[in-house]
Amino acid sequence: MGDQSRLCSVWLGSETGILKGVSLGRKQAFNFCNTSHLSRDQEVRALCWLDEAESELLVGSVDGTVKTFSTEKGAFTDARSCGDPAEGCFCGLAALGGSAIITCAESGALRVWREDSREPVTELHAGTHVCRMRQSPVHAHKVATGGKENGLKVWDLQRPEEPLFAAKNLRDDWLDLRRPHWVKDMAFIPGSDKLVTCTAHHQVHVFDPSTPQRRPVLEAEYGEYPLTALALPAGGGSVVVGNTQGQVAVLDLRKGLVRGVLKGLAGGVRGLQCHPSLPLVASCGLDRFLRIHGLEDRRLQHKVYLKSRLNCLLLGSRAEEGGEEAAGAEQEVKEEEDEVWDAMEKVEEKVEEEEKVETKRKTTEEEETQKNKKKKKKK
Amino acid sequence: MDITEVPMNQDNKGNKKKNKKPKKKSAAQEGNNDGGGVEEKEEKKMEKSEPAFPPTFSVSEIKNKQRRHLMFMKFKQEKRRQKLQLRKQKKKERQALGDKAPPKEVPKTIENQRVFDETTVDPQDEEIAFDEGTDEFSAYFNGLTNPKVLITTSDRPRGRTTRFCEQLATVIPDAHVYYRRGLALKRIIPQCVARNFTYLMVINEDRQAPNGLVLCHLPDGPTAHFKVSNVRLRKEIKRRGKDPSEHSPEVILNNFGTRLGHTVGRLFAALFPQNPQFVGRQVVTFHNQRDFIFFRFHRYIFKNEKKVGIQELGPRFTLKLRSLQKGTFDSKYGEYEWVLKRHEMDACRRKFQL
Repeated sequence: MGDQSRLCSVWLGSETGILKGVSLGRKQAFNFCNTSHLSRDQEVRALCWLDEAESELLVGSVDGTVKTFSTEKGAFTDARSCGDPAEGCFCGLAALGGSAIITCAESGALRVWREDSREPVTELHAGTHVCRMRQSPVHAHKVATGGKENGLKVWDLQRPEEPLFAAKNLRDDWLDLRRPHWVKDMAFIPGSDKLVTCTAHHQVHVFDPSTPQRRPVLEAEYGEYPLTALALPAGGGSVVVGNTQGQVAVLDLRKGLVRGVLKGLAGGVRGLQCHPSLPLVASCGLDRFLRIHGLEDRRLQHKVYLKSRLNCLLLGSRAEEGGEEAAGAEQEVKEEEDEVWDAMEKVEEKVEEEEKVETKRKTTEEEETQKNKKKKKKK
Repeated sequence: MDITEVPMNQDNKGNKKKNKKPKKKSAAQEGNNDGGGVEEKEEKKMEKSEPAFPPTFSVSEIKNKQRRHLMFMKFKQEKRRQKLQLRKQKKKERQALGDKAPPKEVPKTIENQRVFDETTVDPQDEEIAFDEGTDEFSAYFNGLTNPKVLITTSDRPRGRTTRFCEQLATVIPDAHVYYRRGLALKRIIPQCVARNFTYLMVINEDRQAPNGLVLCHLPDGPTAHFKVSNVRLRKEIKRRGKDPSEHSPEVILNNFGTRLGHTVGRLFAALFPQNPQFVGRQVVTFHNQRDFIFFRFHRYIFKNEKKVGIQELGPRFTLKLRSLQKGTFDSKYGEYEWVLKRHEMDACRRKFQL
C-alpha cells in the first residue's frame, strides 16, 4: 500500500467515499478506502495537503470527519470530527502551520481546530450558503470565502470579527434591477494582493483589496452555464475555468478574452488544478474521468477512467515522473553518443597532423551526424 | 454513380505526362522500327474502344458526357462480373474442400468494429455495484417505492402529441396525463414530490408532433433529455393487436453496456412496476443500438415450446439521449453528468456512448 501511494501523483476524492490515487507514469489508479464497508456518508468533499512536503493529505467527508492520509504509509492515520453534518458539507479545508486545520461548512461556520482539543480554537461566521473557502498561498492566516448571495470576503484568522475585504455586488443593470450574485470558486493570484472569482452567472471577476474599489477590477464572461471550478496556471496572466456542461476554457486576465478551450469533458467540472511548475491542467468531474491537458497546446495528454463521480482533486508536485525519467534516459543516451564520437576522434592519427586532421575529421563527422539526423527526421 | 472529381490543373498535367510517355515510347520504337509506331497507334485506338482499360487511363478524362457515362457503366459491369466470378470461385473451392474449407469470413459491421469503451461495466466490479446500489434509484430497486408517472407536454399541445400521451399512459401502468397550462416545471416538481409521484415525463412538441422527451426521476433523481423521432401511433401500425390490457408489462433492456448506459437503463426500468404480470403477456422493449433507443410494445403468445407469435400494440418511437443532468430539472443551474457534444463525440463512426 505504501509503494502504491508513493507512486501516485494525482489524488482524487469520489462520491462513494474512496480516495483514489493515480500514477500517470505507470497509468494506474489505486483505491484507498478507510473502512471495508463503503457508505455514502463518507463522500469526500474536500482535499488538501497537510504540509509543504506533501506527505500527508487531509480528507473531509460529508459526515463531518476530517481524516489524515499518509502518502508514505498508504493508510489513513488519523480521523477527527470537525462539525455536524447538519451544518452542511465542507466547502473548504486548509492546513495552518502543520498542527491546526481550518474548515468551513456550507452554513458559514469557519473554524480553526487544533490537534489536542475537541472544540474549535477560533470560530467565524462567513454568512450563509458558502460555496467555497480558500487559503492564501502566501499568508497562511488569510482566508477567502464566497457563496450564493454571499459576496467574496477575505478574513484574517487573527482578527475574526470583521473581514479584511468584503466585495460589493456589481452595479444595478440597465433596468435598475439588482444583479444576482453567486460566487462558486475563488483563487488568490500569487505575486499580488488580487483575487479571482468565478460565479454561477458565467462571470469571472478580479478583485484588488489594495485599492479602495470594492467592486471587481475586471469583469469577464464565458459561456451560458454556471462556472463551477477555477485554477490559476503557474505562468500567470490567465485563468482556467470550467462550467457545468464540461466546457473548460483558458481566459486571459488582462482583457478577459478567451484564449482557448480544452476539449474532452462530457460532464460538469467539479475539480480543476494546475501543476505548480509544468504547464499542465488536471480536471475531474461528474463524467467519472480524470483528464490532464497540456496548457500550451491544449491537447489531452492523459485520460483515466475512475468508476465513481469525482468531487475534488489534488496534484502533487511530483507529477509526470514518468516523463522526467524518459527525458533523463534520452539525455543519458545522447551523452553516451557524444562519448563514442569523442573516443573515436582521439583514437585516430598522429600528433603533429592531428590538429588539422582532427578539425577536418570533426567537421566531416559533424556533417555526417547532421546528415544522419536530417535523414532520420525526413524518414 | 461515384465520379471522382479530379481538379482541372492536375488533369492537364496528367494528360501531358501520360501523353508524353507513350509518345516517347513510340518515338523510341519508331527509331527502331517504323512499322511499330503505326501498330502502337492502332493499339491505342483499340484500347480506348475495349472495356478493358490500361492502368494509366481513367474514365473521368473523357469530355463527352454520354460517352463518359457509357464507359463508366461498362467499367461498373466489368467490376461486377469480376466480383461474381470471384464469389463463384470461392464457392467452388469451399465445396471441393468440404470440411477442410477455411471458415467463412465475418463481414465487418459498425457494431463489430465498435471502439472498445473503457466505461463498459464489469458485472463483478464492487465499486460500481456499490455506486448503483446506493444511487437515486435504489429506493425503487429495493422495493420501497412504486412507480407513479406524471405525463405532460409542452404548452398548448396539438393533435399527435395529445394522442401520443394518451397511448403512453395506457402502456405505463399508473400513469396520469395532465394538461400543462403553461406552468413552470420547477414549480410542478415539488408538488409532484408531495403527491408521491416518482417520475415526471414531459413530451415536447414541435409543429404538431412530438420531438423531445424530458424524463425526471422525482425525489432528487437524474433528469434525462431525449430527442424523439419516428413516432408511430396505434392506428399507423400495421397488423397490430387489440388495445393493451391493464396488466403490468415485462421490460426488456437490450444492449445498455457502458456506465452511462446502465444509468439510462435503470431510468427506464424504474418506470414500470417491479413485478410484471405474466398473465397479461405484454412486453415493453427498449433496444439500444448505435446510441439510438428503440421503444416497442408487444403482446406475445407461445404456440409451443419453440415458436412464439408476437403482435405489436401500442406506440413505437425512437429516442436519442441528449443530456443527463444530476438532480431534478434545472437546465440553467443544474450540473450535467453527460452532455452530447456532436462535434467531439460524433466524429468517430465506431464510437458509442450508451
